[in-house]
Amino acid sequence: MTLTEFTPWASLAGGALIGASAVLLLLVTGRLAGISGIVRRLFPPYGANAPLEAAAFIAALLASPVVWRLLTGASLQQTVTDNPVLALTAGVLVGGGAFAASGCTSGHGVCGLSRLSRRSIAATAVFMTTAAATVYVVRHVVGGHWL
Amino acid sequence: MSRQGGAAGAAAAGLLFGLGLILSGMANPAKVLNFLDFTGNWDPSLAFVLAGAIGVAAPGFWLVRRRAAPLADPTFHVPPADAPIDRKLLIGAAVFGIGWGLVGFCPGPALVSIPLGAPATFVFVAGMVGAIAAGLLLRSSR
Repeated sequence: MTLTEFTPWASLAGGALIGASAVLLLLVTGRLAGISGIVRRLFPPYGANAPLEAAAFIAALLASPVVWRLLTGASLQQTVTDNPVLALTAGVLVGGGAFAASGCTSGHGVCGLSRLSRRSIAATAVFMTTAAATVYVVRHVVGGHWL
Repeated sequence: MSRQGGAAGAAAAGLLFGLGLILSGMANPAKVLNFLDFTGNWDPSLAFVLAGAIGVAAPGFWLVRRRAAPLADPTFHVPPADAPIDRKLLIGAAVFGIGWGLVGFCPGPALVSIPLGAPATFVFVAGMVGAIAAGLLLRSSR
């Protein structure tokens, strides 16, 4: 596994930016900043789903690492698995799970907790628990060393 | 404000969201996994991301919801906070957590990581978007 440094101030400040983004999106478009929901709105049926707004949000999200490099001059460090089967499995579980639960870490975790939604409090408690259990099994029972 | 204004606001929000994810360290799956690894070399940073986000969004949402309507849409599209908890929510959240814990990616950080070019990121995003599209197809065929 890769050791990471505890970054309380950068994480708190980054979190505040995420919170500000959610407030701005609600103020302008009247919608919650849940990333899985915004991805869903890229697909039909469109109805009142405002796909143009969803596409604009996703395009800017994709551009953010480039903007970050222009602003700070720093390159981004990350450690990602190199196992494609694992990545595909995880992607399907994350997408399918978020679709069924109508939300992910941002929609339920950030936005839902901020408005004290009962469903979001339940969903966040459940996904935090199964995620921690998965990491425990992978790292300490199976002894997986892909990350 | 027009529909175009709505798209511009959404773009500004998307950029802020991505910069926040990067600054917070959450675009690095190793940091997310080390938060979830309570019995290993625990990195509590993710709790500070949530605290920072909720600290801004909770009062911000409360202020925005005092308005009759958002700026670029006739109505708010927000589900009621007391909607019932059902089995689909709980099973979906459980499955989501397993996928999140396997590689440390949830939807936002995975999308932000696309320009960083790790091959597994593309595979993860393809699986994630494919599953969401499949869910929509299943729903519409019922």
